[in-house]
Amino acid sequence: MADTRPTASIEAVESGLAAQGYIASRQIATAVYLSQQIEKPILVEGPAGVGKTELAKAIAAWRGMKMIRLQCYEGLDEAKALYEWKYAKQLLYTQILKDKLGEVLGGAQSLAAALDQLHTFGDVFFSKEFVEPRPLLQALEQPAGCVLLIDEIDKSDAEFESLLLEILSDFQVTIPELGTVSAVAPPTVILTSNSERDLGDALKRRCLHLHIGFPEQKLEERIVESRVPGISQTLRKQMVGFIHEIRSLDLKKLPSVSEAIDWARVLVLLQASELDHEIVKDTLNVLLKYEADIEAATPQISSFIAKASRQGVFS
Amino acid sequence: MRENLHRFFRAARGAGVRVSPAESIDAMRAVAQVGFNDRDILRDTFLLTLAKTQDEKRALGECFDLFFSQPEPQQESAEQSRTDDNKESGANPSADEHGDNAGGAANENVGPLAQMLLSQDRSAISTAIANASGAASLPDIRYFTQRGIFQTRILDAMGIQRLRDDIDEQTTRNPALAERLQEALNGLRGTVRDAVSQALLLYGREEAENLRNEILRNAPLARIEPRQVEQMRALIRQIARRLRERYSKPRKRQRRGHLDVRRTLRRNAAWGGVPFLTAWKRKHRDRPKIVALCDVSGSVARVSDFFLLLIHSLHEVVDDVRSFAFSGHLIEVSDILESNSPEEAMKEIMSKVGFGSSDYGNSFADFEDNWMSAITPQTTVIVLGDARSNNLDPRADILRRIGERSKRLVWLNPEGRMVWGFGDSEMPRYATFCTVVRQCATAQQLERAVSDIVATYQ
Repeated sequence: MADTRPTASIEAVESGLAAQGYIASRQIATAVYLSQQIEKPILVEGPAGVGKTELAKAIAAWRGMKMIRLQCYEGLDEAKALYEWKYAKQLLYTQILKDKLGEVLGGAQSLAAALDQLHTFGDVFFSKEFVEPRPLLQALEQPAGCVLLIDEIDKSDAEFESLLLEILSDFQVTIPELGTVSAVAPPTVILTSNSERDLGDALKRRCLHLHIGFPEQKLEERIVESRVPGISQTLRKQMVGFIHEIRSLDLKKLPSVSEAIDWARVLVLLQASELDHEIVKDTLNVLLKYEADIEAATPQISSFIAKASRQGVFS
Repeated sequence: MRENLHRFFRAARGAGVRVSPAESIDAMRAVAQVGFNDRDILRDTFLLTLAKTQDEKRALGECFDLFFSQPEPQQESAEQSRTDDNKESGANPSADEHGDNAGGAANENVGPLAQMLLSQDRSAISTAIANASGAASLPDIRYFTQRGIFQTRILDAMGIQRLRDDIDEQTTRNPALAERLQEALNGLRGTVRDAVSQALLLYGREEAENLRNEILRNAPLARIEPRQVEQMRALIRQIARRLRERYSKPRKRQRRGHLDVRRTLRRNAAWGGVPFLTAWKRKHRDRPKIVALCDVSGSVARVSDFFLLLIHSLHEVVDDVRSFAFSGHLIEVSDILESNSPEEAMKEIMSKVGFGSSDYGNSFADFEDNWMSAITPQTTVIVLGDARSNNLDPRADILRRIGERSKRLVWLNPEGRMVWGFGDSEMPRYATFCTVVRQCATAQQLERAVSDIVATYQ
């Protein structure tokens, strides 16, 4: 299996992720390296669209492991996240049991004898066969390990956090009827959060805490380069410079890396060779998602383009 | 090295990063993996394992830089000595133009400390300081008033007594040497002072901050000094965070025992209506709705300022806040507070209504004419003011109607109970229509008052 590939060093993590098209900063690579060395989950926080979910996907692709994703939302409970009993099958089982009961207990003369005989059969009703594993349990059962992505944990209820604690610290879950299920191979766990609410200390304590912010200009250029190979170098420099200028504005939602990549794709599609006022104005809605933001940015377009181009000359 | 890490964890706690034992174990395991060779990676490692919010990351980063730049010679750590040199050369201006002419001749007659100073062995000196700091348990330093005593203790532990004797002895025998020793001693004092100051910065910050906050919490809001305003704002934000954490958590509580029949049937349709899964009725709690009327006339303005800051920092807890400010007349200020920084907002509010003489009757009338519909049976109305209406008509009848329309009517008065009703204070007349009347002069009282208001909705 590919998961035996060594994560010998932080550089190896960096190049491994880069091979999957994920350009990681040093800090991200350190986090991934450490999480594998000391077997700790990573809690990734940061604004939307900076590649928190992508990180998990890239790790899975790089290490050749399956990725299991659990999308959190308000009202998510253990029946949807951990396991559920297959009620319909259990129902059928009891009916079959009823039919077969006569045969099975045929020899018994008294009620007590029948009961004794009944106890000699295993308790199949609550057994592994009737458990429907949900993402968390699935992740523990992967023989080759996997990447477990618990996405947007801040959207779930506070109680759900407590449910995660056992799995995060010991890679095991306890099903009351069955006992404790431990991981076959410890999964790599990535939790992401948009900081919509503060997470509990207990959860944070069990994780490495990684904050991904907007990348530096150089890094972002490399990201765009790896994601949109068709883009020319001058245009790339200009557009990334332009986005960095936009981020200095006071906007409702700042454009993040995913928007930068989308924009680069759009520019390539429109066969733009460099930024000009017209094309930026037409495509600004790719970058900014609120009418008010677009209005705020529009008057600045020309000066931003000028600034971005000037930067391109010097670097 | 482990000793050093432990000290770093303590320093980190001092910097306001909560480092639990489990986290320190994680950090140690992580450090064992990455090693000490690359300082940036080491820094990242600590940031990943110890700091759990962005504020903490910033604080820990600063703490890291400070900690690993202090003069800290260790027997085994070669990587730190390079930072010592520049520090040392600045703080230890012992003259080296004398060369080592006197060195060999005098060495037999003076004590070990003097010898060390004469030989100008920087790493030996800083090692001695570090050891003496350990002996004097320097990491226990908490307050800036302890600086002197720790300096003395460290110098004592280094054998300053013997050095003084040496100097006395040499003044007669070899004045040049004595002078050099004296100079070296002064340099040494400087170095020790720096070491102690740095230790105070590292280890004492938390205590100092706690002490300051404690004092601040109990200081009357109306009379704090301008330089404390910023600190007070920070404290109010802290209070707001605490209230948020306490009250924003579970909003849905199951009403055990009440079956939601419709949802249960729906959910179990797959099993022919056999209720395997039950759905229970949930009780949704209302979030607090608050209407705040704040007196911003001279005497109460400061308190109103902090109160509005607190109330408007409670977004997660409080659904809906509408704020009104008045002195002579009343205006709504919610939008001003939403769209500006606290300082600017207060300035704008003041320019619109502030600093007049207060007229409670007129202001209440303004409110009733324009905004009475803002009050619903779920609303808590908070009036913040000293109820000193300059002997004008208090219009307590309007307050009665406000009280009848709302869930609760809370009056917060920055004045002490003793003076209510004296002079032009209308407090007793207003108090009859209020659900609660309480004094609210300090940050602590403010926190309790707001906490109680929010708690009634839980």
